[in-house]
Amino acid sequence: MSRFKVAVHIVPRRGLLDPQGKAVADALHTLGFAAVGDVHVGRHLVIETDAKDGAAAEHSVRSMCDRLLANPVTEDYEIASVVPA
Amino acid sequence: MKVGVVRFPGSNCDEDALLAVVEQLHEQAVMLWHKDHDLQACDVIILPGGFSYGDYLRAGAIARFSPIMQEVVAHAKRGGPVLGICNGFQIACEAGLLPGALLRNASLQFRSMPVTIRVEQTNTRFTAAARAGQLLTMPIAHGDGRYSDSDAALDALEGNGQVVFRYVNAAGDTTDDANPNGSMRNIAGVTNAARNVVGLMPHPERAVETLLGSTDGFVLFESLLAAVHA
Repeated sequence: MSRFKVAVHIVPRRGLLDPQGKAVADALHTLGFAAVGDVHVGRHLVIETDAKDGAAAEHSVRSMCDRLLANPVTEDYEIASVVPA
Repeated sequence: MKVGVVRFPGSNCDEDALLAVVEQLHEQAVMLWHKDHDLQACDVIILPGGFSYGDYLRAGAIARFSPIMQEVVAHAKRGGPVLGICNGFQIACEAGLLPGALLRNASLQFRSMPVTIRVEQTNTRFTAAARAGQLLTMPIAHGDGRYSDSDAALDALEGNGQVVFRYVNAAGDTTDDANPNGSMRNIAGVTNAARNVVGLMPHPERAVETLLGSTDGFVLFESLLAAVHA
């Protein structure tokens, strides 16, 4: 077993109203960043976990996302990175 | 009848719910500590409003792992009545007792104000004493009340008659102006398929005596004493 650092992005599901993302996009437009399209505000979690290898660490964090970290009704998640801690 | 009100760390409407039962309904009520495993033979469970566990991660996401919630889920599965109010509604959704999810208000603002809701269904344990189409005015106080689900899930919910309350204007119409949080289809409260669990964002326990400005919330408590008519 060794320790891994797994980073997860959790974002509102596409198609659902994302008022925070829209507020940020509006603010960026006001600042002059006219090229900005949609913005989505979510959560970024970094989880340190013991596992036999990186794949096992990722598998474990996916299970955590399914059961707690992401709401299956309204959110999607993606594993951003898996690195040795 | 004995009602149990679950007190989580961060609950702040627990006393109000208890008092509504004891002083207005004149039934027995006890506080249930979130770390307990014992529902103390309560017939009805209320998950009160507040900010359980500081709303960390998502509103209600952590509270559902409280020891008492395993018992509340078992009680609900046996057909026992459960009412989730505000944060209690969020917890009930996170625990899978009710469908859907409650997201940040579309306005991004915390909304504390009276709203009008329309009773859509009277065949639940908490609306049996109400009239279909009855308008109720009661307060809301929340930042995460935007009821959301996929369109397919909402169609199914409506098809099954599981939408119990909708936000409406004074004339009883579901308008965008009357919707305080951007809830899809103006949904303010829902029930489960078995109709024994009801959740809503407005606070009926804060509208049970004239001193509070409204008595419209009392009908939810009164319904516990009425028979459910399908």
